[in-house]
Amino acid sequence: MSTDTAESVTAYAPSRDTLGAVLARADRPKRPSALSASLTFGWRAVLKIKHVPEQLFDVTAFPIIMTLMFTYLFGGALAGSTGEYLQFFLPGIMVTSVVMITMYTGVGLNTDIEKGVFDRFRTLPVWRPAALVGMIFGDVLRYILAATTIMVVGLILGFRPEGGFPGVVGGIALLVVFSFAFSWIWTMFGLFLRSEKSVMGVSMLVLFPLTFLSNVFVEPSTMPGWLQAFVEVNPVTHLVSAIRSIMAGRPDMAEMTWTLVASAVLVLVFGSLTMRLYNRK
Amino acid sequence: MTAPAIETAGLVKTFGDNRAVDGVDLTVPTGTVYGLLGPNGAGKTTVVRMLATLLRPDGGTARVFGHDVVREADAVRSRVSLTGQYASVDEDLTGTENLVLLARLLGHSRAQSRDRSAQLLTAFGLTEAADRQVKKYSGGMRRRIDIAASILNTPDLLFLDEPTTGLDPRSRNQVWDIVRIVVAAGTTVLLTTQYLDEADQLAGRIAVIDHGRVIAEGTPGELKSSIGAGTVHVRLRDAARRPEAERLLASVLGTTVQQGSDPVALTARADAGGSDQGAAELAARALARLAEAGIVVDDFSLGQPSLDEVFLALTDRPAPQEVPA
Repeated sequence: MSTDTAESVTAYAPSRDTLGAVLARADRPKRPSALSASLTFGWRAVLKIKHVPEQLFDVTAFPIIMTLMFTYLFGGALAGSTGEYLQFFLPGIMVTSVVMITMYTGVGLNTDIEKGVFDRFRTLPVWRPAALVGMIFGDVLRYILAATTIMVVGLILGFRPEGGFPGVVGGIALLVVFSFAFSWIWTMFGLFLRSEKSVMGVSMLVLFPLTFLSNVFVEPSTMPGWLQAFVEVNPVTHLVSAIRSIMAGRPDMAEMTWTLVASAVLVLVFGSLTMRLYNRK
Repeated sequence: MTAPAIETAGLVKTFGDNRAVDGVDLTVPTGTVYGLLGPNGAGKTTVVRMLATLLRPDGGTARVFGHDVVREADAVRSRVSLTGQYASVDEDLTGTENLVLLARLLGHSRAQSRDRSAQLLTAFGLTEAADRQVKKYSGGMRRRIDIAASILNTPDLLFLDEPTTGLDPRSRNQVWDIVRIVVAAGTTVLLTTQYLDEADQLAGRIAVIDHGRVIAEGTPGELKSSIGAGTVHVRLRDAARRPEAERLLASVLGTTVQQGSDPVALTARADAGGSDQGAAELAARALARLAEAGIVVDDFSLGQPSLDEVFLALTDRPAPQEVPA
């Protein structure tokens, strides 16, 4: 222990006057709104990033590696050239990377909940889901950072979206909405499973088929029929199609609607399962 | 008539086959410190977690200021605060950030939150550490920031779950002083502890808990009279004289004397019907007899019974060994 720590222990004696003054009963402030409580919890997530900036490594280095690796691995074989492939592939790898990053929500919650601080949050008279919504708000910042990183790498490598700046922003916005909704799957597992390791294990089991058995890497028409059937109902496929269309400047309303409905269903189902577990924990 | 701070009837919580809390009835009047005394695993923390709305009871009822902890959980939450066994603050955040975060969640404006935090940090002697991450705090400072966080909005009922476990004696005394000031300001405190002297120092009433049941309840005086006021510990210079010393002590104190694993140690209860004065007189007589017999005593003390001795007296078996978490 440092000496100043020892000193302040020695110096401190609780005083009836100062402590008594703090304890004087005043009118309690009004309970914060659901949004305000959630944003305050979001602020906590931002403070944690400020104190432990290394955690941003996941959302910067990982997406860069994914993009470079698959572009140069598959580009020549699948589209004749990496430049050609990138036009098709970049929106997809952006979705894959960000959707994969959502699993850290579950891992983070699982480690967080083991500590005493969640007990305090759960005894506060605030809107119950606020602690979790706020946590995911913090994660949304990470998703935006990851998506932006990939877009920058893509532009450097030669990706040229016809939809221009509005198309890129619109595509990223849709991805962030879907990822916010998708994160509730992980909050459920984060509360349900016992250890960080098991959360990781389950995440991989869900994420690999969901991201690879989609239209991210190749055209589904090259796949056997049974696989096409799965790809067709995979929400990641619809999300990727929607984002490709937005970034190309020709928004596909059907795919966008599909994605938004899927997001709403995810929040509804996994959000309520999460809250059930959170209240019982 | 106003409702008691806490009122439970037949409270039960089971984890699988284990009945962690097995029919607990408690009544805690407002404005007092109430002690839950028991070894690790007795069910103290589980009782507190149910009362603080963190766990749902499997049976029985619990009311806090008249509000049911399950059906009116929000009303309960607006009047209680919890300082858990492990730091209930965010260790990655600084002292100020933790307090401002909680003040905002309780509905204070930004400016009010900053003022209130600064005021609390001063009152708890943490001004210098305000901008340091809590994980860099010493054990005593961590406890203080934890209690400061619990009284952001002066609660009507404060749960302190083993507030001094693992603290050095000085920090422990600071926590005791804080508890006394908090109670004087009108907050009811439910304190769990493994130490009889802590419960004795702070609590107006004590419930002794074992295997999820209350096995004794009363004021510290009543409990002590039921288990004997004190315990005499003796260390002799010469181990060879121990059998003789044991006989002398047994005849003066009128109880059986236990030989410690240390070959020069003897322990015996000085039971004078619960009176501290009587126990001291008995002990003095015992010391005099040893001196008359020419037995050299290196160390002689009259102490409160330990939790172990309380358990021996109440259950006829020693307190369960601590299970490493």
